[in-house]
Amino acid sequence: MDSQFETEYAAKELKKEHFRFKEWLIERIIQVSGIITIITVVLIFIFLLRYACPTFKENSLSSLLLGRSWYPLSGTFGMLPLILGSFMVTIGAVVVGVPIGVGAAIYIGEIAPNRVREILKPTVEVLAAIPSVVIGFLGMVLLAPFLQNLLKLPTGLTALAGSIMLAFMAMPTIISISEDALHAVPQDYRAGSLAMGATKWQTISRVVVPAARSGILAACMLGIGRAIGETMTVLMVTGNAAVIPHTYLQPVRTMTATIAAEMGETAQGSSQFYSLFAVGLVLFLITFIINLVADLALQKSRR
Amino acid sequence: MNPKVSESVAFNMLRACSFVVVAPVLLVLYFLISNGWTAMTWNFFTQMPRNGMSEGGILSPIIGTLYLMAGTAIVSLPLGLLSAIYLSEYAKPGPLMRLIRLAIVNLAGVPSIVYGLFGYAIFVLLVMHVECILAGALTLSIMVLPVIIVAAEEALKTVPQSFREASLALGATKWQTVRRVVIPNALPGIITGGILGLSRAAGETAPILFTVAAFYMPNLPKSVFDKAMCLPYHLYIISTQVPDAPPRIQWGTALTLLLIVLGMNIIAAIIRMQYRRKRAW
Repeated sequence: MDSQFETEYAAKELKKEHFRFKEWLIERIIQVSGIITIITVVLIFIFLLRYACPTFKENSLSSLLLGRSWYPLSGTFGMLPLILGSFMVTIGAVVVGVPIGVGAAIYIGEIAPNRVREILKPTVEVLAAIPSVVIGFLGMVLLAPFLQNLLKLPTGLTALAGSIMLAFMAMPTIISISEDALHAVPQDYRAGSLAMGATKWQTISRVVVPAARSGILAACMLGIGRAIGETMTVLMVTGNAAVIPHTYLQPVRTMTATIAAEMGETAQGSSQFYSLFAVGLVLFLITFIINLVADLALQKSRR
Repeated sequence: MNPKVSESVAFNMLRACSFVVVAPVLLVLYFLISNGWTAMTWNFFTQMPRNGMSEGGILSPIIGTLYLMAGTAIVSLPLGLLSAIYLSEYAKPGPLMRLIRLAIVNLAGVPSIVYGLFGYAIFVLLVMHVECILAGALTLSIMVLPVIIVAAEEALKTVPQSFREASLALGATKWQTVRRVVIPNALPGIITGGILGLSRAAGETAPILFTVAAFYMPNLPKSVFDKAMCLPYHLYIISTQVPDAPPRIQWGTALTLLLIVLGMNIIAAIIRMQYRRKRAW
């Protein structure tokens, strides 16, 4: 009797032990998954650096970053045309997209009647969902010919077309994060201003928007990050001429488009192969800084 | 200027901004549907591309994209959910937590082509030595991870603290509480985030360029170690690299891709609405 009891007890203890082990194991798995994002960021950096390294050995940093010509066939890898191309298209997108995006966010968040808002918000979500290759396709077949006819250009595939398309791709980010920032402004601010006799527009322009400014700034930074990293759309609509751009009405080639267009055709281990990783590394660092600044601005706006 | 007048000028300008955002979206949908509609036949979806992709349908790109999405779901959903559970249930505020948040923000902002380079370097060059579905799915999984983590974490956090306390008070362990109480109550939100993440993966081209996408394949892929044709890459190919591809096929492919992605977004929105209505607390 006693011994039977003891075996049962021992079995129960064993089960408990097993159970505790399972719980211990699952908690370790969860912990590791928790830091998977950190691991990934570090791995991305390490791998880009590893494959970009040979380029830095063969060329000086200044000749890479400031070199004025990108001719992979003759082994000249100056990234300046690509960097300028990226910046030019992105600045164009900012000039078009930020005022319109922030304006739309103010309208949606502060002014629009509920019924209108319920149409506007899902439409912006649809815009965010359209794949970049579809937007690129539409830019090629609709926008580029339109611009070509309108401005009498030799080709419609220009920096301008890229800027317009990128502006629209950055808008959902700009609009939704600006709108969150406006939403976070306490209702008392509005009530106080209106009670002082200010009009609704005075309240919005002098109280609400200034109060939300770091959030709106973060929205614009994240929009810029999206624009500079966008690949397929610019690959399809900017015409891809790797020369230093002078006007918005000529073809340009961005860093992203260069990687996309050339990596598939280059031999693994060639100097072009390593240079493209160097371009990727530069791109990664640029977006890393932009996101960092945007995140700081967001933290500030939450406080 | 009279405040009333400046107000009406300003409001009209802001209204115009919204119009400028919304009108092109509607225009785009109109063009895609009106031009792509004629291509939407049974044969278009059930035939392989033929004759240098200038004839036939888009069966193989559709299948390839479905395989990729399945692979991405298998990898990214459990990993994203576990990571979100850590952030919402286990992690304590501190430097590690801040670092994880920073990593998530940065991953969300890494350009898709950089994911492509990374996936190519680690999965193709280092591990598998071939461009294949597995490498593409892993690359896409990493890309959508931030989306899934953020959505799942938000869903977990909406579960009231009292639910957890009640479960713990009954003698359940922490993991039992998470598994039997927290996750079931957060499930609709988790599923919504997962679908949105996968819809992003379905439409992305840059991450699959060097990891899986095939220019043309006469047959369907047989295993996860095969290359595959994919819908977004196929659209890129037939609109830039195949000069004699008929517009009907181009528009049809674009519309199909859009319908898949939008369809998933709409399903996610419906689940979210149902859930809000049903939520008991």
